[in-house]
Amino acid sequence: MGIVKTCAAFAAFLLAGGSAGAQGAKPTDPQIAHIAYTAGVIDIEAAKLALGKSKNKEVIAFAKDMVRDHTAVNQKALALVKKLNVTPEDNDTSRSLAQKADEERATLSKLRGPAFDKAYAENEVAYHKTVNGALETMLIPDASNPELKDLLSTGLKIFQGHQEHAEHLAEALK
Amino acid sequence: MRHALLLAAAACIAGNEACAGEVIKIKIDQLAYAPASVTAHVGDTVEWKNADFIAHTATSIEGRFDVMIPAGGTGRLELKKVGSFPYTCRFHPNMKGELQVM
Ligand SMILES: [Cu+2]
Repeated sequence: MGIVKTCAAFAAFLLAGGSAGAQGAKPTDPQIAHIAYTAGVIDIEAAKLALGKSKNKEVIAFAKDMVRDHTAVNQKALALVKKLNVTPEDNDTSRSLAQKADEERATLSKLRGPAFDKAYAENEVAYHKTVNGALETMLIPDASNPELKDLLSTGLKIFQGHQEHAEHLAEALK
Repeated sequence: MRHALLLAAAACIAGNEACAGEVIKIKIDQLAYAPASVTAHVGDTVEWKNADFIAHTATSIEGRFDVMIPAGGTGRLELKKVGSFPYTCRFHPNMKGELQVM
């Protein structure tokens, strides 16, 4: 019951008015792969923005970590979908994630200096929480292919590490 | 030959720096140090072998050491001090380990 509720709340958050299909419809593996890949690209884009704007050593180090890890995960994901002969399929959840990220990036790009650093770090905490919640409640349980499930589970552990790292960073910038 | 070995053993007991210590192996798999806690001696070397496809570190919480462990690679640390050294990964602070050096 708790999980269903969390999941529904989460789906509502992610979909933000749009819907991948009928309520309660599970995403397919090609859709899950697309969502996970998109989530990685979004964080790499945010990190690149930070690398172009920030002068803070810790923020720069964190952003470099994000580029490196998310690139590695996405390369694994691409290799896996190729091996499984799956074509990632765009869907409303991916589009909603990308749209929210565009808005967030627009907001961030107007900031500079410590205000930017703080907002970026806080956004990274919130973003990793969102993605980790999606992995735990939707993407991992709904994935059919065991190798995809495994990669998403490894991804979750990596991103939980990022979330904690981002929390430390945000705390230090307060 | 036999005398040389005996001498080497004697040097080890005396805590001579030239004494080659043991290599303690720690595996990193799925963002976990295994074993998470190891007991070793001064002069031993800890070797972390990273089976993950992302880089990790073994970084002392108290700033005593910071070892890079590349994806699929290894990182080494020679133990020089007695003590208890909790460590983490700088990139993934959800990873936790401890070295007990005697
Ligand atoms: Cu790590």
